[in-house]
Amino acid sequence: MADRLKKVQKALIKKDFTGIECTEVRNCIRLEGEMDNWTDIVKAGRAAAKFGYKGVLNDISLKGFTEPAIRAPKISDHSLEGTTPDVMIIGGGVIGCSIARELTRYQLNVLLVDKESDVAMQASSRNDGMIHPGIASHPGTLRGEMNVRGNEMYTQICDELSIPFERWSNLILYSEHFFGFASRFVFARRQRLLGVEGHRVNLKKLHEIEPNITDKAIGAFEFPSSGVLSPYKLTVAFAENAVENGAKVSLDTIVTGMDVEQGKITAVHTNRGTVRPKAVINAAGTFCDKIAQMADDRFFTIHPRKGHLAILDKKQGPLVQRSMGLIGLSQAFSDTKGGGVMRTIDGNVLVGPDAFEQPYREDFSTKRENIDKMLDKHLPLIKGFSKADVITYFAGVRAATYEEEFIIEGSERVQNLIHAAGIQSPGLASAPAIAEEITKITIDRLSKVMDVHKNDKFNPRRRVTPVMAKLSLEEKQAAIEKNPDYGIVVCRCEGISRGEIIDAINSPIPATSIDAIKRRIRPGMGRCQGGFCMPLITGIICEQTGMKPSEVTKSGEGSQLLFEKDGVNVNA
Amino acid sequence: MSMLKLNYDVIVLGGGPAGLAAAISAHKNGAKVLVIEREKKLGGILKQCVHDGFGLIYFGERLTGPEYAGKFIGEFLSLGIDYKINAFVTDAKKDDDGFEITVQSAEGMLCCSTKAVVIACGCRERTSRQVFIHGDRPAGIYTAGTAQYYVNILGQMPTKRCVILGSGDIGMIMARRLTLEGASVEGVYEIKDTPAGLARNVHQCLRDFDIPLHLSTTVTNVYGEKRVEAVEVCKVDKNMNPIPETARRIECDALILSVGLLPENEVAQMLGVHLDPATKGAVVDQTLMTNVPGVFSCGNALHVNDLVDYVSRSGEDAGKSAAEYCKNLSTTSKKIPVEYDKSKFLYVVPQHYSIDYDASMTIYFRARSEFKNQRVCVRSGNVELINKKFRNLTPSEMEVLTLKETNAVGDKITITMED
Repeated sequence: MADRLKKVQKALIKKDFTGIECTEVRNCIRLEGEMDNWTDIVKAGRAAAKFGYKGVLNDISLKGFTEPAIRAPKISDHSLEGTTPDVMIIGGGVIGCSIARELTRYQLNVLLVDKESDVAMQASSRNDGMIHPGIASHPGTLRGEMNVRGNEMYTQICDELSIPFERWSNLILYSEHFFGFASRFVFARRQRLLGVEGHRVNLKKLHEIEPNITDKAIGAFEFPSSGVLSPYKLTVAFAENAVENGAKVSLDTIVTGMDVEQGKITAVHTNRGTVRPKAVINAAGTFCDKIAQMADDRFFTIHPRKGHLAILDKKQGPLVQRSMGLIGLSQAFSDTKGGGVMRTIDGNVLVGPDAFEQPYREDFSTKRENIDKMLDKHLPLIKGFSKADVITYFAGVRAATYEEEFIIEGSERVQNLIHAAGIQSPGLASAPAIAEEITKITIDRLSKVMDVHKNDKFNPRRRVTPVMAKLSLEEKQAAIEKNPDYGIVVCRCEGISRGEIIDAINSPIPATSIDAIKRRIRPGMGRCQGGFCMPLITGIICEQTGMKPSEVTKSGEGSQLLFEKDGVNVNA
Repeated sequence: MSMLKLNYDVIVLGGGPAGLAAAISAHKNGAKVLVIEREKKLGGILKQCVHDGFGLIYFGERLTGPEYAGKFIGEFLSLGIDYKINAFVTDAKKDDDGFEITVQSAEGMLCCSTKAVVIACGCRERTSRQVFIHGDRPAGIYTAGTAQYYVNILGQMPTKRCVILGSGDIGMIMARRLTLEGASVEGVYEIKDTPAGLARNVHQCLRDFDIPLHLSTTVTNVYGEKRVEAVEVCKVDKNMNPIPETARRIECDALILSVGLLPENEVAQMLGVHLDPATKGAVVDQTLMTNVPGVFSCGNALHVNDLVDYVSRSGEDAGKSAAEYCKNLSTTSKKIPVEYDKSKFLYVVPQHYSIDYDASMTIYFRARSEFKNQRVCVRSGNVELINKKFRNLTPSEMEVLTLKETNAVGDKITITMED
């Protein structure tokens, strides 16, 4: 053991990282000290991850930096006080929500909590929606295995949940002959070991299938199982179907602490009361190491990896058929692929993402340099793309561990804690497989303390309401005849009706903020970015919920759109 | 109830100032007209423009937006012209007899056949993302038009202390309006070195209310997790790149944007109408007919006008042309281009002249930058058609030239600016 520790120390010194204290804690390697550069702290953590420890506890502090407090809801009540769910899931991202749905296949009392005002508020609404084929991962890793398995499951899941999903295929483009030659073998091996279909595409064929590619690419590898969907619609759909099958979702609910007795979580404290669950699932995204710490089961560290994405107008959608990125040798087999361009399920074009290490877990601000760099890099791939096509851009933060691997396991120290942690890319593609795995582990652990029965009433099909823009003329007519609100178009860019907005407000996870409605049915995502429809939707929220206009928010408490004014005229 | 099918001569898309004028004029020229309006009331954006200054040219009096619209709505209703409100065009295509327009409304789906279409869809505002503002995305970032809707239609306050980016007319008007409503407007910031809106608005909306106008300055960042807490402003150099040393942070609860308007031509594009990159509106001839015979364009959908009076006038012209078109259905005429010096003019409308049609022609243009004491001359071959002196030309003010008799002789019309 001591040898291994020495090796880590040596490795760090070799990288010129001095003054770092290394200790072994429960089969993990812990780094302490202070450095004045975040990149170096991440490099130190990465270096330490190479020695076969269970995990890296990177406690090196950044000089002059204090980590901002977690964004917490202001509300405080007792709505959860004394509840005793069988399973409590912490985190309402795609992982937490897919697990919640999977667990409702059993007769279990499931409670999902999230500190935000809606599900899919962080990484699950801040990614490109690509269902990766799985070719980017090393064989033998959980990331590779979960990705390939999850990818396969999506055809059925999206059918059950009524989520638009297309396998539009993926192209890894290259500009160097050597790359084309060398990667043939790498991909062939991965295809075989991971079970991913793929083939090489020569230049002539490439221009046939993607006529707008510029001559930056000289060839490509194609992976046809690659798919695309709306990640936030999917997350909402998982959550809605879970609720339809009996799960409870408590939003604006933050876990503040846990009581652990004799290797068991006996209580989970929240701003809405103390919950006493039989099992706890940690699906807390960039905060999952903090949750593990609350249960005294910290064995990994999240280093937040930020990425930007830009969205182009729908008019440019037809210029690309597949997702694609040009890859240089240096990044070919690294953890991040450097992004590219792709057509979204809604017909826009996404450009990006980029990836860079930074210490903030919740900084979703965008930076001009990053966006410009990304656009300059990727727009020249396609003839006809220009910066003027950009309608918006955003940033998200990946929950990466130093091992760069998913953690899908029951806790070694805490009997009733299960981790779905370190779920970064390809987390979306892997979500259904992760949900199955976590459910298996959870049922296994629960079975030791209770009888678990299948839920015969489980209905995998989500109840759906009309999506007017997708209907045929006759179907539209029929929908409007039943409910004239479906005829009144509120969002002119996306063709979304008043009826659809009312449906979203009254859905299983009620959408009562502008952004929550936007995530479900898209008003405000078009070219006017909500300029025309936001005031109209404000009015519909007031009318449906009884809120005052000054109470309506963009995305939950604190983001009120309007200020209180005397003598208002709401229904003008 | 089954799907309705209706037949018209002219369908006007949009019930704002351009559409109403077009409908009235098409009707008076003998056409059977239908107006399709996506909002719940006629009048377009004028409904929320409670300030005055409308109608000086058209009616010779100062009116508020609703008053100006009211005059047209009154006449429109008295003529008994058909219209649909809360009605949204979901599809538009050309067929053998003309066009088929599919409309969604609370009454159901409506299929209309028509010989001619007038595009009068107005324009929309550019958003914060389109001018590449970075930082957080909290509540409190509004376009000036959205803020105006909240204040003037809903009677709500979107801000107590704001920064306005862009000195477009709506931005300046909202600076005054918000001040009158009790908000504090910290300043109006304009990236260019001249105001983007009308000179009269700089005086009446900013100076008269002691609202500072900062030229060559832009907003570079927004701060605030949930609601805007501050913005960063920065001076820009000659190439409009921010000078980082000049950055300063301003505490505020909202950022209001008046950074330009874009003609709305989504339906026009469904019909195959070509757009002019300079105007972002349709390419038209002097009758305001687009490259698609039977499709006409007017108002702010054609190009962004500075005064509503011109919007109405172009609506009238387009409506008349559409009615005439229905009588003859002539689809081919020799077109000659209208050419201009792109270093001096931002744009010129119309972009073509059809020699078989109406000889009168109204030319709308904007200068690319500020010019003093210039002669603008329109020629066809060697023949000078009009020659007019302008003391001041500025991009923020649109200019109009009216030619009674065009008598084009050459294979093009050229517009020049000379000392």
